[in-house]
Amino acid sequence: MSHHIVEFKNVFFRYPDGTEALNGVNFRITHGESVGVVGANGAGKSTLLQHMNGYLMPTSGTVTIGDLIITEKTKREIRKKVGIVFQNPDDQLFMPTVFDDVAFGPLNLGLDEAAVRERVRKALGMVNSLELRDKPPHHLSAGQKSSVAIASVMAMEPDILAMDEPAANLDPRSRRSLITLLKTFKHSKIIASHDLDLILDVCQRCIVIGGGTVVADGPSAEILSNKTFLEENNLELPLSFQGR
Amino acid sequence: MTFDTLYFDIGRLDRLSYRDTFVHHLDPRAKVIATMLFLLTVISFPKYEVVALAPFFLFPVLMMTVGEIPVRFIIRKIIVVSPFAIFIGVFNPILDTRTAAVIFGVSLSAGWLSFLSILLKFSLTVSSALLLIATTSFPGVCHALRRLGFPALFVSQLLFLYRYLFVLMEEAMRIIRAREMRSFGTRNTGIKVFVRLIGVLFLRTVDRAERIYYAMLSRGFEGDIPSLKRSRIVAADLMFMAATVLFLVVFRIFPITEGIGRVAQELFR
Repeated sequence: MSHHIVEFKNVFFRYPDGTEALNGVNFRITHGESVGVVGANGAGKSTLLQHMNGYLMPTSGTVTIGDLIITEKTKREIRKKVGIVFQNPDDQLFMPTVFDDVAFGPLNLGLDEAAVRERVRKALGMVNSLELRDKPPHHLSAGQKSSVAIASVMAMEPDILAMDEPAANLDPRSRRSLITLLKTFKHSKIIASHDLDLILDVCQRCIVIGGGTVVADGPSAEILSNKTFLEENNLELPLSFQGR
Repeated sequence: MTFDTLYFDIGRLDRLSYRDTFVHHLDPRAKVIATMLFLLTVISFPKYEVVALAPFFLFPVLMMTVGEIPVRFIIRKIIVVSPFAIFIGVFNPILDTRTAAVIFGVSLSAGWLSFLSILLKFSLTVSSALLLIATTSFPGVCHALRRLGFPALFVSQLLFLYRYLFVLMEEAMRIIRAREMRSFGTRNTGIKVFVRLIGVLFLRTVDRAERIYYAMLSRGFEGDIPSLKRSRIVAADLMFMAATVLFLVVFRIFPITEGIGRVAQELFR
């Protein structure tokens, strides 16, 4: 299949206050790839992710998802294809119960009741959280919240999954089960994170962002083992490479 | 009461609605309509009415008993908000000094009667509203309102209010804790600091609102919060509503307490 492609062509973006966040980003992600996006604080990772479903529009350049270029008109179509999981699950889970929240996307897609229930069951089953169905999000633990946040996006059955710091705020065990879970997804995945070990575990390919452009793009194992290069970009070797 | 205990108490009201009783199983719409009718009936009584209000406590008491809601919890909540009612009525005895009745030689002014009436109406309305939420859950009430035809915008505001009340309180608690840790016991660090805290809280809220809106757009939001129809009005709901209406009409129209009083007077003469 060729329609799960993400392509950034010469993307520039300037915030209204004048900050140049992206300065000519180029990359192409093909079907089924999982790609890690790393970079120092403020390098432009989150800005990049917000371009993936048209929340931000490039000042110049184009973003293509599948065979559609993102414009005001195609935004709606694009949002069905690209699921974004946010860093803070409290921003993502805005409905009063877990069930309502996971059902929100499918209901907006206009599915009928039986199909919505099926989607919710499937999505919650995927993250092993079926028993949380009737709970309100504020009574969940951080790990449960992040599982449900993933389910709420998976219920839309997106082609491409983009995640911003999925493992932030998770205890080591929840983090490990998240990694196992991510490995089972067959989607194209784009994961922005400072957790280099997670990137190394989940993503074959890694894009390093610095100063609003792509400074490196290649196999994770190669890039993430280059100590001098990582340190130049305010990063360091993944812990598993550090040896004690 | 400190901020923390107040906060966790709200969580408790929320958890009460997970119980599994007859009242909890009634259709939320039936409960919303019954409670609304109850409120309207109670506030329709004239200003000096005291005696006829008494039987209406039957409704909250029944809801509480059948719904297994702890009485002390509800009473405590009523006391927390009681200052509002007390301040509304507290000057009545001073302003309205006409003698309304003489009991055992002590004259009772009309002001005291209307004050008492305000307090009774207040406890009745607040307790039944609290019980509605404790037996239905707040989102349940919201969805019921939507299905009863309330505007979508109004209902989604209510849903967000409920969802983010807890998040916002946690945010506020973090800010307050951070201030306390660095104010080294100095009390009253001043209104200036407080004003800035409110400012920070506001900015954080605006930021959060923007992120939430982004999350909603990402999942296809187009103005109305959709919800599944998850309950049907069944015989039990209709019976509940009929019983409530009957109860309200009978006690509103016929002075039953007065009648009992007169019978008692006759007996003890």
